[in-house]
Formats: sequence, structure tokens, C-alpha cells
Amino acid sequence: MPPLEFAQKLKTKFGPVISEPAEFRGEITLKVGDAGRIVEICEFAKKELGFDYLVDVSSVDNYGDDPRWTIVYHLRSLKHGNELRLKTDVSEEKSELPTVTTVWKTANWHEREIYDMMGIRFSGHPDLRRILMWEGYPYFPLRKDFPLAGKPSELPGVAFTKPAPLEGGPFVTAPGGKDAIEREPRVRTSEG
Amino acid sequence: MATVQDIEIRDSAARAAQAADELEDSVGEKMVLNMGPSHPATHGVLRIVLELDGEIVTQADPDIGYLHRGDEKIAENMTYTQFIPYTDRLDYLAPLANNVAYALAVEKLLGIEKALPPRCQYIRVMCAELARISAHLLGLGAFAMDMGAVTVFLLSFTEREKIYNLAEAISGARFTTSYTRIGGVMRDLPPTWLDQCQKFCDEFIPALNELETLLTRNRIWVDRVRNLAVISKEDAINYGLSGPNLRGSGIEWDLRKNQPYLCYPDLEFDIPTGSVGDCYDRYLVRMEEMRQSVRILLQCIKKIPGGADNKTKEPVNFADGKIFLPPKEKVMSKMEELIHQFILVTQGMNCPPGEVYFGHENPKGELGFYINSRGGGTPYRMKIRSPSFVNLSIIPKIFPGCLISDTVAILGSLDFVMGECDR
Repeated sequence: MPPLEFAQKLKTKFGPVISEPAEFRGEITLKVGDAGRIVEICEFAKKELGFDYLVDVSSVDNYGDDPRWTIVYHLRSLKHGNELRLKTDVSEEKSELPTVTTVWKTANWHEREIYDMMGIRFSGHPDLRRILMWEGYPYFPLRKDFPLAGKPSELPGVAFTKPAPLEGGPFVTAPGGKDAIEREPRVRTSEG
Repeated sequence: MATVQDIEIRDSAARAAQAADELEDSVGEKMVLNMGPSHPATHGVLRIVLELDGEIVTQADPDIGYLHRGDEKIAENMTYTQFIPYTDRLDYLAPLANNVAYALAVEKLLGIEKALPPRCQYIRVMCAELARISAHLLGLGAFAMDMGAVTVFLLSFTEREKIYNLAEAISGARFTTSYTRIGGVMRDLPPTWLDQCQKFCDEFIPALNELETLLTRNRIWVDRVRNLAVISKEDAINYGLSGPNLRGSGIEWDLRKNQPYLCYPDLEFDIPTGSVGDCYDRYLVRMEEMRQSVRILLQCIKKIPGGADNKTKEPVNFADGKIFLPPKEKVMSKMEELIHQFILVTQGMNCPPGEVYFGHENPKGELGFYINSRGGGTPYRMKIRSPSFVNLSIIPKIFPGCLISDTVAILGSLDFVMGECDR
């Protein structure tokens, strides 16, 4: 069964909550309109459609847009080999959505990492602590408004919080600019 | 005047009663032991907080992040090509495989991964398989050394040394290879490289047989690792394990077979799986994977288009000046190539907006790159799905109930790299 049929099955089951499937480079992406229902959709995908393997959970910061956060789930079936991508948006004020650790245990660390890097909370998560940064670190470093050079933190006795001397290295470019002058900080400074 | 002190002399029955009282107090009292971050068996900087009842682990809480460098943040701030050297430092035991995985992910975004020249595909497969042998050799050597078998470590490092020499011959670096480019590889194989590779394969199988005689039927080894930390099929899937750890639990899933990429469909190889899911099965799976890798290498040496010295001038790179750097002599003499070179170096290739995920069968498991592009030469967001990160998340599940000395064996059998786990 091709992956599009699985997408259609999800759509007939949940109706307008799920968007039309989008295809890019042979991958199917579905957008879930209501982040609160992600658990039952994942539950259905696992139990009824056989998507037993959660490859990855990641997050995107759409800085400047509303809603600000997008959570991306990569589902796979080891039985029939198909893959499906689910996406759902969360607003900055809310910054919270239910956890899918009840469906796949592997979501535990992925969600902890998202909380650590982006500051999005997962309600019902059994152990929502920081995972890569240390406990008590005040920022969320993967947010787009967190500078590459880092920020000084007020924690006493914690190393590595001063900005790096080259502001992140000699090859740093800023994303999103139209041309090299906008993207390359050193070009900008040398031309004033 | 001497004072008489009362010295309490108790009979043996009373002493025994008191000792029993003290024992009763200490029974049920649990001890917390901090393992790592710089413990020889943690292969890097993994810290595990163990809660112990006597010698038995009752709880384990892995603490990772000591090697966190913010690779994903760095990736958002540079062009796709500039990130290639950072991929060397993910799984630093198999940099060639990481290079291949990353290049394929970006090529999938560009939509050219199926259109790569055949010679390039064969070169990349050989790189990935050499990296697999190298990583498994180190995993095996360290695993055995932690169990006290130092000879295995020395033998496996002798073989790894030869792989380093091969990597040096193609890329100029032994460790930090950065060999692939988006749309190809840094340069074609040197003329004698295939012969060297053939020589390595011929010497490697006898060496591997010798290694096997040291371990596979060794009574001490088998007693230590058999039936230890059994991971059921359901748990392996539920915790998202990948690579030899998933196959050790008896699940036949290998991205090279199930989602074929490069020229893997043209090559014959088998997927070894375990039957029980214990440490011994994971060890056996890795041993067999090395043999299968040699099998793939030998087929590649025979089949590679152009042969050793590429007399027929087979292309090795994707011929599109907007994606791959044009040849230097043309840059110096032709206007169009000069422009392409300038734009590629200053702005990077113009990737379409969209999102792709590409999973590569790395030695440790599935190394995946999720690239979210909004167009242009830099990714808007790049998530690295690292196998070691996911494989380690099963520790709180499998550690409780085993002895402290067994934790070392379990860590060795999981075969992780912290550079990739912490990113």
C-alpha cells in the first residue's frame, strides 16, 4: 500500500483536523491542525496503520511568524516499510502540547531535547528535565533569537558562557539574507 | 587511685544479635554511585547515576550532554558545504560514513541523489563500508578490553590502522576526512587505491578469524555476555533502537536493504540478526556485519565503473556548475565557470524550499538528517537524528537488575559514541 493511502485513511478517520497530504521528494507530510489531538492520532497510526517505529521528533522555530513552533514527527512502519511525517503548530503563548511517550517510549529523550533546546513543554511527560544543557541553564539555545555567539549567563562558577572571540568561528554566515552582503557579517562590518 | 572501669564483655550470642541488628539497618539502604563522566567504560563522557542495592543496580539515570557543541545551531549559520567538516566530528570513529550520510541528505533536498554518477556511488559505498569495519573493530576492541581481553583490542587496532591508511590515501586525512561534497566526492580514487583496498580485504578476513577464535567460543567471554541485558523485539522497536542493536534483537531491518540508496541494490549482502537479543547476539551481529562489509567491498572493487585508474574518464561528480564546483582549469579560463565558482563559494547552492529526512545506515545505527529549507544556501533548521542518542535512551530500562560489573559489558555491547550522542 503506498504511503498516500495511509494518509487518506488518517484523513477519513480524523477529518478536517488533518490537512491534505503534501508530497516533496517522495515524502508525505500531514499537518495536524490541533496539537491537543496529536496523541490520539499517533495512537491510531500505531495501532491501526502499523506505524510502530518513531524515527525522530524535531522542532522548528518559525521566528517572527505565528504560531511560532512547529513539532515534526517522523513515523515509520517496520512491517510495511512506509514512512509518514506529521507536523503540528504550537503558539508561543502556549508553548505546550501533550507528550507521545505513552505511544512510543523513544519519544522520551526526543521531547526532553526539544524542551531543552527550544523551551517547548510536553504535558504528561514522565521526566521533563534538560538533557544536553545543564540543569539551571537560563536560555534555550536553538531559538532563532538566541545568538550564535552565546549569551553570558549569571550562574556562578559555570564555564563556557562568554561569547566566543570570533563570534562563532571564521566562516559564520547569517541565514535568510538575500545576498552575500546580508549573509556575511564580516562583509557587513567592513563596508560599514 | 585506680578506678575500676566496667568493661562490657558480651558473650558471642549477644554479639551476633547486635551484628544482626546492624545488618538489618543497612539492608534496604540504597547507595548512589556516580559512574563517569570520565570512566574508561563510558567511551567518552557519559555519566550514569546508579542506584545500588548491594551490588545490584536498581535504577540508572544517564546524564548526557558533556560533549554538546551545538552542531544544529552551527548548521543553521553556514552553507551546506561548510558543514561537511562538522559531520566528521559526529561519530568520530566512522567519519567517512557521516560524510556520505550528510551529502546524501542534502542531495535528496536538491533532488539529485538518484542521478549521481555510478563511479561516485561505488566510491561512496566503499567509504561507508570501510567506515563500518573500522567502527565495529573499535567497538569490539573496546568492548573486549573492558571485559579484560586486551589482546583483542591490540589486534583490532592493527587492522584499523590499515583502514586509516586507506582513508588517508583518498582524502589526505586519517581522522577528519571531509571526503564527500554535495554532488560528489572531493577527488577521484588514487590509481593504486583499489589494489590497496583489495590487499586489506585479503588480510582482514584471516585477522578477523583470529579475533573470533579469541572470543566467540571462549568460555569466559560467553559466560560474561550471554543472556545479559536481553532486549525484546517490542522494546527494541518501542525505544527506537537502530543498527546492530536493533538487529541483535532479531528484527531484520537495514536501511541499505529496506530503503536502498546509492548502488546497494546492485550488491549482494546478507543482514545478520540475533535470536535472543542479549549482549552476545549484538556482538555476533557486529562480527558478521564486518564480513558482509568485506563482501560488499570485494564486489565494488570488481564492479566499479572505470576500474582502478579510470582510463575511460568516468565522471565522479555531478556535472552541474550550480551544485558542484567546476574544474579548476575551467574556472581560470571560462567566464561562466568563474561565476559558478564565485556564487557557490560565497552563497552556496540554491536549494529549493521544502523539507526532507534522509536516514543512512551508519555503523552505530540510523544516522538521519532532517533538513528544513526555506530556499537559498543555508538550512533553516537541521536536526541530526543520531543513533547513539536514541540507543542510549534504553539504559534506564535494561540496567536495573544487573550487577555493577555487568554494566560495563552492556555499555560495550550498545557501542555508542558521545560525539554523535551530544552533537
